Amino acid sequence: MMLQGIGLKKYFPVTSGVFAARLRGWIKAVDGVHVHVAEGEALGIVGESGSGKTTLAKLFLLLERPTDGSLLFDGQEVRAFSRHDLARYRRSVQAVFQDPYSSLNPRMRVGDIVAEPLPPEDGLSRAVIRERVAEVLELVGLRRESAALYPHEFSGGQRQRIAIARAIVTYPKFIILDEPVSALDVSIRAQILNLLKGLQERLQLAYVMISHDLAAARYLSTRLTVMYAGKVVETGGCDEVYTAPLHPYTQALLSAALPLHPSLRRQRMILPGEVPNPLNPPSGCRFHPRCPQAMPQCQTHEPVWKEVSSGHYTACHLY
Amino acid sequence: MPESSPLLEVEELRTHFFTRRGVIKAVDGVSFTLHAGETLALVGESGSGKSVTCLSLVRLVPEPAGRIVGGRVVFAGEDLLRKTAAEMRWVRGKQIAMVLQDPMTSLNPALTIGTQVAEVVRLHQGLRGPSLRNRILEALRRLRIPAAEARLGHYPHQLSGGMRQRVSSAIAMSCAPRLLIADEPTTSLDVTIQAQYLQLLKEVQAQSGVAIILVTHDFGIVAANADRVAVMYAGQIVEMGSTVQVFDTPSHPYTQALLRCLPSVELKRQQLVEIGGQPPDLAQLPPGCPFAPRCAKRQPICLEAYPPTVTIQPGHVAQCYAAVPIDA
Amino acid sequence: MCVGLKRPRGKIVHADQDVQKVRSAFRLSDIGHWPLFPAIVLAALVFAALFAPYLARHDPREGDITRKSIPPIWMERGTWEHPLGTDRFGRDVLSRIIYGTRISLAVSLIAIGVAGTVGTAVGLISGYHGGAVDAILMRLTDIGLSLPTILIAVVLVAVSEPSFRNVVFVIALLLWPRFARQIRGETLAIKEQEYVALAVVAGRSSSWIISRHIFPNVVPTLLVVCTLQVGYVILLEGSLSFLGVGVPPPNPAWGLMIADGRGFLATAWWISLFPGLAMLLTVLAVNLLGDWLRDRLDPKLRQL
Repeated sequence: MMLQGIGLKKYFPVTSGVFAARLRGWIKAVDGVHVHVAEGEALGIVGESGSGKTTLAKLFLLLERPTDGSLLFDGQEVRAFSRHDLARYRRSVQAVFQDPYSSLNPRMRVGDIVAEPLPPEDGLSRAVIRERVAEVLELVGLRRESAALYPHEFSGGQRQRIAIARAIVTYPKFIILDEPVSALDVSIRAQILNLLKGLQERLQLAYVMISHDLAAARYLSTRLTVMYAGKVVETGGCDEVYTAPLHPYTQALLSAALPLHPSLRRQRMILPGEVPNPLNPPSGCRFHPRCPQAMPQCQTHEPVWKEVSSGHYTACHLY
Repeated sequence: MPESSPLLEVEELRTHFFTRRGVIKAVDGVSFTLHAGETLALVGESGSGKSVTCLSLVRLVPEPAGRIVGGRVVFAGEDLLRKTAAEMRWVRGKQIAMVLQDPMTSLNPALTIGTQVAEVVRLHQGLRGPSLRNRILEALRRLRIPAAEARLGHYPHQLSGGMRQRVSSAIAMSCAPRLLIADEPTTSLDVTIQAQYLQLLKEVQAQSGVAIILVTHDFGIVAANADRVAVMYAGQIVEMGSTVQVFDTPSHPYTQALLRCLPSVELKRQQLVEIGGQPPDLAQLPPGCPFAPRCAKRQPICLEAYPPTVTIQPGHVAQCYAAVPIDA
Repeated sequence: MCVGLKRPRGKIVHADQDVQKVRSAFRLSDIGHWPLFPAIVLAALVFAALFAPYLARHDPREGDITRKSIPPIWMERGTWEHPLGTDRFGRDVLSRIIYGTRISLAVSLIAIGVAGTVGTAVGLISGYHGGAVDAILMRLTDIGLSLPTILIAVVLVAVSEPSFRNVVFVIALLLWPRFARQIRGETLAIKEQEYVALAVVAGRSSSWIISRHIFPNVVPTLLVVCTLQVGYVILLEGSLSFLGVGVPPPNPAWGLMIADGRGFLATAWWISLFPGLAMLLTVLAVNLLGDWLRDRLDPKLRQL
């Protein structure tokens, strides 16, 4: 089973004017992205603000509809889903978001929160539901009795565990993780990252992990995709991308991630300028204004997506 | 490192918050020194007391709930805790400046950049007219803000996060303070922008000789930017030393555990070593070492009496019964 | 204190503190923080409304014409029979005020109940669905807010007689848009919470999400708005009755009582004054309570 995005685009209209909203332009949050995740894989999607990674996550979760392009689940076009297909999709693709405080309804008991994705049409009895909830709570390292409590009785790390329990209660195939540890204290991050890793092996899950934290992404991912200004600039096996990055942006990103020892000074590539304006991205290759290796054609022609070595793709005129 | 007398000497600083739930000992006996031109990193997680320590240095602890209940903060030979409010106003901005985490709220959205920088400069340096304008432009340019003249008329919302942080820093540096307190200045910035900013901070420090207290939870930033580091937990400094010393020979179990639990970009580790348990409740701290409940090297005495300060090597100390000095 | 949580970029959400606020607002141990004056006044009011037949010594509607316009007890002709005096029909003022609490409370509760229900439903649906639905409902709300109170009331009286039912209807008609506005705003804010998006990801329908996620979190705001509207409703009912387009005589509505005494302010001032004071005290108490509640539960509503 595979989750595939082909040429995905999401444009948000920008209007101005008080009385008659005039179309000023489009925010090209995601602009032609090819991405795929196979069962059991862990795909890391990294990028900074404005890269479009969060919007891509929303597209996967059907929280937004693509302006163009196709989303395929198990070979089937999501747009053509029947209600039954949609329900099946929802059971198979779940999510964990960044903020453990905003992810849980403070007025619901933990048990009800975790049971939410279990569809009522399945006709599961209350006892079965209770048992399933207890099962997943234990899987994430919480006690069964937690189901009767309210979210405010738990710490940030424990809340994220509850959110993870909810994500696995239907035993899905894919989990979209949107910055799952960014809002947690450093000492708690390791706990949650280990939990996620363990769960992946145990439950044969596929992850799509969206992160701006390169270290966390490396820990969990088997494949890595780098996004910049709405486009994918590089994709490949995780280790390969980290050790031999092809695209200059990937290189800059990796060099900006600070090493954990004072004497380990990496080759520092400080990028000038800012992340581009999504309303009006640069022509040609979107990265060219900041690229230390920019060539004349980078400004005029968009680079073509190419396989440079086995399984390692990039879009750059250098190759 | 310069051997001159320290710019800042903090001794046994204690800041408590008095709430209905009880007394929260946010800072409970913090001592450190800082020399001109040096960068000291205060590392810790939420609740460690690093931000409250900074607020205490400039006496901006929110009252009436919070109060500095003890200790001395000797800045350039004078105890700041003994100064009057009026004297402190002169110190803040001119001698000690702060840059905070969130550039969105550090700047007033209703005033232009020029106005906000001018406010500080005018207050502390009494400049007017063209010399004021020049000083403002100088401050902005020092932080490499492009098109500084055009920016004078811009409002904060017209700038990106990284640029806003630079403007905040320009305001902080505009009166040539001797100490800059930067509280998580890059936490809300993108990684590449963070790199730019930290680089800039180093340049500014090299040019002006300002001492920096850098508060962060990110050990990567510490490794790259700090000369010395103090690790904080539950309102106290549990380990302090030069960056190289602490990273090479972390001697407090908390420091060791933190360094081991961080995923790294370099290596694909098989297993991050977790720190079990939860961060402490500052209203109900146990007697003895606050980290003991979560410590792998816990001994019975750790729960009863606060551990002594052990000198690991010159300039490197840790508060732990299990810490062992390195023989010369 | 948010232990274990590093502040997420730019977004500071403490949704759970709401729950604790609601609970702590009503904790018995916190009784020292309860607003005493409003609580006592309102308790007295409810007590009076419930036990009016036992508390009032005289019939509020029928008076003894031989005992008309007797002044209050501390004046020359006053008697303990009628501590606050009688009006020009010989009806005991105190008894009428006591029975009047029933009218004020009943009108408030019913009008607010109806308006609150309609307004909340409109606000929830409008806020959650957005788009065309929102646009239409908000235009309706705007129209509702621009309706001229008195005119509507007068027209209604012209069409049918003044009655209790009409008063409640007019007031509810005027009130529901306020609820709709407020609840819609609250809904918009709650919609941004990640647990709402996650409920969609879980495959839940909009009606489930609105009833299980949005509505329970809207309740504190709703409570505050309801409380703060009571004062407005009492005044409104008083005004309408005063003008003769509200509760019909001989009901002991405070507004009617004030109207009755209008011609005698110099000579028999007590006929208008005491009901006026009753109204003042009630509205004051309710507003104080509403302020306290709002401060405890939802300081964002300070502009109300």
